[in-house]
Amino acid sequence: MLRYALQRFALSVVIVMVAIAILIVMLHVVPGDPAVMILGPRATPELIAQTRQSMGLDQPLPIQILTFFGNILHGDLGRDVFTNRSVAQIVFEQLPYTLVLISVAILWSAALGIALGCYSALRRNTWLDTLSGILSVGTISIPSFVMALYAVLVFAVWLGWLPSIGAGEGLGGSIIHLILPAFAIGISWVGYVARMVRASMLEVMSYAHVRMARAFGLRERLITTSHILRIAVQPAVTLIGTGVAHLFSAAVFVEVIFARPGIGALIVQSVNERNYPIVLGAVLVTTAIIVLATLISDLVIAWLDPRQREEL
Amino acid sequence: MALTGNTTAADAGPLVAIDSLSVDFDTAGGTVHALRDVSLEVQKGRVLGLVGESGCGKSTLAYSLIGLLADNARVVNGAIRMGDRDLAGLNAAGWRDLRGRRIAMIFQDPMTALNPVLNIGRQMIDIQYRESLSKAEKRARAIEFLGQVQIPDPAARLDVYPHQLSGGMRQRVCIAMALLTRPDLLIADEPTTALDATLEMQIVDLLRELQQRFGCAVLFVSHHLGTVAELCDDVAVMYAGEMVEKGSARQIFHHPQHPYTQALLACDPARIGIATRQLPTIPGSLPDLRRPPVGCAFRARCPQAWGRCASDHPPLYVAQTHHGARCHLLNPEEGKT
Repeated sequence: MLRYALQRFALSVVIVMVAIAILIVMLHVVPGDPAVMILGPRATPELIAQTRQSMGLDQPLPIQILTFFGNILHGDLGRDVFTNRSVAQIVFEQLPYTLVLISVAILWSAALGIALGCYSALRRNTWLDTLSGILSVGTISIPSFVMALYAVLVFAVWLGWLPSIGAGEGLGGSIIHLILPAFAIGISWVGYVARMVRASMLEVMSYAHVRMARAFGLRERLITTSHILRIAVQPAVTLIGTGVAHLFSAAVFVEVIFARPGIGALIVQSVNERNYPIVLGAVLVTTAIIVLATLISDLVIAWLDPRQREEL
Repeated sequence: MALTGNTTAADAGPLVAIDSLSVDFDTAGGTVHALRDVSLEVQKGRVLGLVGESGCGKSTLAYSLIGLLADNARVVNGAIRMGDRDLAGLNAAGWRDLRGRRIAMIFQDPMTALNPVLNIGRQMIDIQYRESLSKAEKRARAIEFLGQVQIPDPAARLDVYPHQLSGGMRQRVCIAMALLTRPDLLIADEPTTALDATLEMQIVDLLRELQQRFGCAVLFVSHHLGTVAELCDDVAVMYAGEMVEKGSARQIFHHPQHPYTQALLACDPARIGIATRQLPTIPGSLPDLRRPPVGCAFRARCPQAWGRCASDHPPLYVAQTHHGARCHLLNPEEGKT
């Protein structure tokens, strides 16, 4: 298990490095000189050359990539064009808000989705199974920003139960301010996870080892958890792991709608300001987190299923 | 004279007596009458072989003895008596109480029978949940029983996962698990079919040895006559959902009475003396069990069928003591044709 974890971690590092290299190349392929964009149309050629030099844009592309990697290793993601603050500092100030939002959204939606899927598979064709099926398909098809807008309208504007602006102060305030955005991002995942768990539960329930477990008179609760769900939950774990990428893009909208601080809001603001070092730094950190999420889901699956530990 | 359920009972009394059991399956194409009026006794401490071609109902009978029939199956008639209980009427909790305590089962495919995500030790400890032993004691018992089924280095195997073992080893683990529960009745549903010939003989020898050591009754389901002859004391032959012949292994193999049993033995490759290009088969196929034939189920394929076979359903006639067959040829009042 440890050997598998180390191998997977090494692979993840390589994936992040390739992603960064692609990102830098893409920024170069995009028409327009970043220095011109930063300095505006009235900049003198000398100033442009100076800025290009200070940004390292006069170097050949491979050197730029290597320099960038070297800087990352030193924790240096570049400097804010306007304030000259460290990008790493800015990004890591905003990151916790987004991470908490995404984690809470994953936790509540995965827990409810797995429980619902499990119940639906065990009590097939009951009214709760049917209702869960209808609601799942319904919520899957609603984009999270639409859900966020309606959540604000109903719970903040009409009912006035929950705040809709900002991230709140202190622990209690933070929790109350998390409810609506985490609901808006997570709700469609409840449906996804429930449908997937239900389908794979139904498949695993027909496996021979489940019948053998019954032939030994094992308790149904143990059969459900250790013999069925432990295998049936694996596709859902993979789904959630890769879903973190979607959650980040959902967070971009939801943070703007709820006027919350966070990576999503930071990226939107920086793109509007053409503040490329911050965009690059934020996307880099986001990429690393998405790769990390995939790594974690792979490790969870390897922990659940020993057969997965032998293949990379 | 027809042989009823009680007349074949041995002195000791049967462990399980199946009496006129009928099982239907509800399918999209109609109701399949998979078992019809099957009566059979499993004697204490003896090995009963259940033979017949695929689709004859032998697995259905085996699964109905442990209450693991598919959801679309219904016991429409009959009783399964074990002691003073009728298992045919048991609810889920009643079955769970018997399984893994009085009745255990070994399945056909050892590759899929074990849980792939739990190690052998965990699975062998889990099935001992009824025992009031410490975890270390349960572990020690698991090691002991892995030794009983001749698995080398049993203590090390507890930490191994099923996919790290060969098919033969996995079936040994399944046998060890079944015996660990000290059942009165062990149901073995074609336990060697998925294994190659050398392994098959090893497993059969092992079952024979362990059955003698533990003294449990075994219902051995197989379509391999050689292994049945090797292992079983009694044999029951099934055809198209009916019990067509039953008796001691000696009687069945040396003096088969039912034309189906005779045909089945004639098709056994081990019994063919002369080299042949084409292996013998029984011409024709099983009747449609959604509409079982009125007379004898085997009539359409029987070389000796005559008028009465089409109209009258044959009862189980006595051929010898403890040996009976469902064939009009055995009717003492009927002149043999």
